[in-house]
Amino acid sequence: MIVADRKPIEELLGMVEDCKKILVVGCKGCVTVCNVGGLKEVEVLAATMKIARKKAGNPLEIAEHVLERQCDREYVSQLGEEVNDYDAVLSMACGVGPQFLSEMYKEQSFFPAVNTTFFGGATQHGVWEERCAGCGTCGIHMFGGLCPIARCAKSLLHGPCGGSSNGICEVNKETECIWDSIVKKKMEAGQLEDLLGVKNFKSWKTARDGGPRRSIREELVQGNI
Amino acid sequence: MSELKSGSNLEKVLAAGHFAFTGECGPPKGANVEHLVEKFQHLKGNVDCVNMTDNQTAVVRMSSMAGSALMVNEGLEPNFQMVCRDRNRLAMMSDILGAYALGVRNMLCLSGDHQTFGNHPEAKNVHCIDSMQLIAMVKKMRDEGKFLNDEDIDVPPKMFIGAACNPFADPYEFRPYRLANKIEAGADFIQTQCIFNMEKFRDFMSKVVDMGLHEKCYILAGVTPMKNAGMANFMKKFVPGMDIPDELIKRLKGVEKKDQAEEGIKFALEQVEEFKEMEGVAGVHMMAIEWEHKVPEIAERAGVLPRPVID
Amino acid sequence: MRLSYPADIKVIQVPCTGRVDIIHLLNAIEDGADGVYVAGCLEGECHYREGNLKARRKVTYVKKVLTDLGIEPERVEMYNLSSAQGARFAEIANEMAEKIKTLGPTPLAKDSAA
Repeated sequence: MIVADRKPIEELLGMVEDCKKILVVGCKGCVTVCNVGGLKEVEVLAATMKIARKKAGNPLEIAEHVLERQCDREYVSQLGEEVNDYDAVLSMACGVGPQFLSEMYKEQSFFPAVNTTFFGGATQHGVWEERCAGCGTCGIHMFGGLCPIARCAKSLLHGPCGGSSNGICEVNKETECIWDSIVKKKMEAGQLEDLLGVKNFKSWKTARDGGPRRSIREELVQGNI
Repeated sequence: MSELKSGSNLEKVLAAGHFAFTGECGPPKGANVEHLVEKFQHLKGNVDCVNMTDNQTAVVRMSSMAGSALMVNEGLEPNFQMVCRDRNRLAMMSDILGAYALGVRNMLCLSGDHQTFGNHPEAKNVHCIDSMQLIAMVKKMRDEGKFLNDEDIDVPPKMFIGAACNPFADPYEFRPYRLANKIEAGADFIQTQCIFNMEKFRDFMSKVVDMGLHEKCYILAGVTPMKNAGMANFMKKFVPGMDIPDELIKRLKGVEKKDQAEEGIKFALEQVEEFKEMEGVAGVHMMAIEWEHKVPEIAERAGVLPRPVID
Repeated sequence: MRLSYPADIKVIQVPCTGRVDIIHLLNAIEDGADGVYVAGCLEGECHYREGNLKARRKVTYVKKVLTDLGIEPERVEMYNLSSAQGARFAEIANEMAEKIKTLGPTPLAKDSAA
C-alpha cells in the first residue's frame, strides 16, 4: 500500500490560519489501512484543530467527510459543489488525493494533510517499511525476492557495498542491509552464481526519470469488459 | 597482462613486476590551488600515482577531475576517483572523456559514501549505475570504443581501471566473490580499504589466491598510518566498514601521546614489509590522510624508494 | 461507606476502558472540560485482557496532542483501580480535582459555539 505520515499539527494549523470553515476529507484506501487518513484520523485531526483554534480564541468550524477513495473520479465527484462552501479543504489521502480533488473542483484550495512516503507494508502493528520504489521494471526475482532498488540506500545491483556491517546498512543502524540478506539467501540456496557477472544497466526510462507515467489498458478504455 | 591498456605509469610499474606504491590526496574545500600543489610536492617521486578523491565522505570539495588535471600539470600521475553517488551515466561518460583529455590515465570506480554522512545530507543521490557497472562501462569505452548506447567514441579513453575492495565488510564469505566480479567486469587493479586486521586480511588473501584472482588483476593493499590512539578509536566507532583490532589501539595507547604517531608509522611499516612478501599482493596504497608531508619519510623507511621510472 | 467526591466530576460509564477512544477524550477537552481522566481496572485484571492497557496508550497519545497545542498534558490522566476500591475512587477524584484546580480552567475560549 501507499504509506504516509500525518503532517505536524503546527504546519496544518498554519495552512488554514486565515480560514473560518474548512472541510477535512479522509480516504478509505491505503491511508485508512496505515492509520493515517481514515475516519478515525479525520475525527482526531478535526478535534485537535478545533481545540487549538478555540484556545487561540479564533474558533474554526470543521466538517468531516471520508471518501471511498480519492484516486477515483467517481468517488471524488461525490463531494459535489458543496466543497466550495468551505474556505479550504484538507485532504488526508496520499498525494494523489489533493490532486484529484483540485482537478475536479478548480475553484477550491486543497491542502495535503499527510506526507506521502513510500510503497510498503506493515512489518508489525504500527510499523511500516518500504518495499517498492515503483521503478517500472520489476526484477525482484533476480535478487532472491528482495528488491535492492527500493531497499538498498544506493540501489546497488551488485552489492553489498563496503559499508555493510553485521547485516546493518551504513546509513542507519535501524536499517537492515538488504544485500546482506540477498547474498545469504542465495548462498544458502546454492545459487551464488545468480549474483555473479554484470547485470544489465537498468533503464530508468520506466521510472519517474522518464517523466510522469501512464498506464493504459485498451480493453478497459473501450469499455468492452 | 603483457600489452599495456593505458600506458599509465602505474600500469607500467605493475606490468614490469615492481611492487607498486601509490598515494592519496584529497582536493581542497575550496579553490585553493596553491595549497593543493604544495601537498603534491610531498608525494612527487615518492609514489607511482596519487588517488584524487571524489567528494570523499560525501563532503563537497574541488572536483576530482580538476584536482587530477592540476596534478597532471605538476608532473604527478593521478588516479582519478569517480563515485556513482553524484553523477548519472551521461555525466560519468562525459567526465571520463574530459579527464582523459586532460591527461588522466588511471581511474578508480567507486559507489561512494552515502550522502547522509556528508555536509549536504539533503542531496539527491543518483546511483544511475553502480560501481560494478561503472567498471564495465569504462572498459567498454576503452576496449570497444563505444558509449553505453553502442555509439562510437571517436578517441576512446584509454584508462587503467581501478576498483575498491573492502575485505572487512560483511558478509565476509561473499567478499572474494564480489572482488572476482569486479575483476570480471574489467578492473585492472584493486585498492583495498585500509587494512588494520592483518589476521583477517591474510585469510582473505589466501582465499583470493586460491581463486586465482591475483593472476587476473593487481591487488594493492590499503595502509593508513594512525596518527594517534584517538584516530584509531574514532575510525573504529564512526567510519563504516573499518575493522580496527583492539590490540592496535592498545599498542598505540601503550606509548606516550607524543610517540603515538611514530608507533602508528611503525605499525604501517611492518604492514608494508609483510605485504611485500604476501602472495597475491602487488603493491601498497598508502593513504596518509591529511598527512601527505609524512609520505616521503614513510616511503623512505618502507624501502620503496627510489620509485621505478619506466619509459 | 459514605465517601464523597467532588460534585463537579461527571462520571461516564463504559463497559471497559478499552472502549474509550482518543476522539472521546479530545471531544471532552474541545467541549470545554477542564480535565478528563480514565479510571480503568487494575493492570493485568482487565476482563477483556488489555482494554485498560489500550486506554493508557490512548491517554498517552492525547497528552502528546495537548502538549503540541501548548495545553497542560496533566489535564488528561489514566488511573487504575478495582471496583472494590471505593475509597481509592474518592481519593483519585479528589486528587484529580485538586490538580485541575491548581492548573486553573481550560485555556479554551468558553464563549465560542464552534
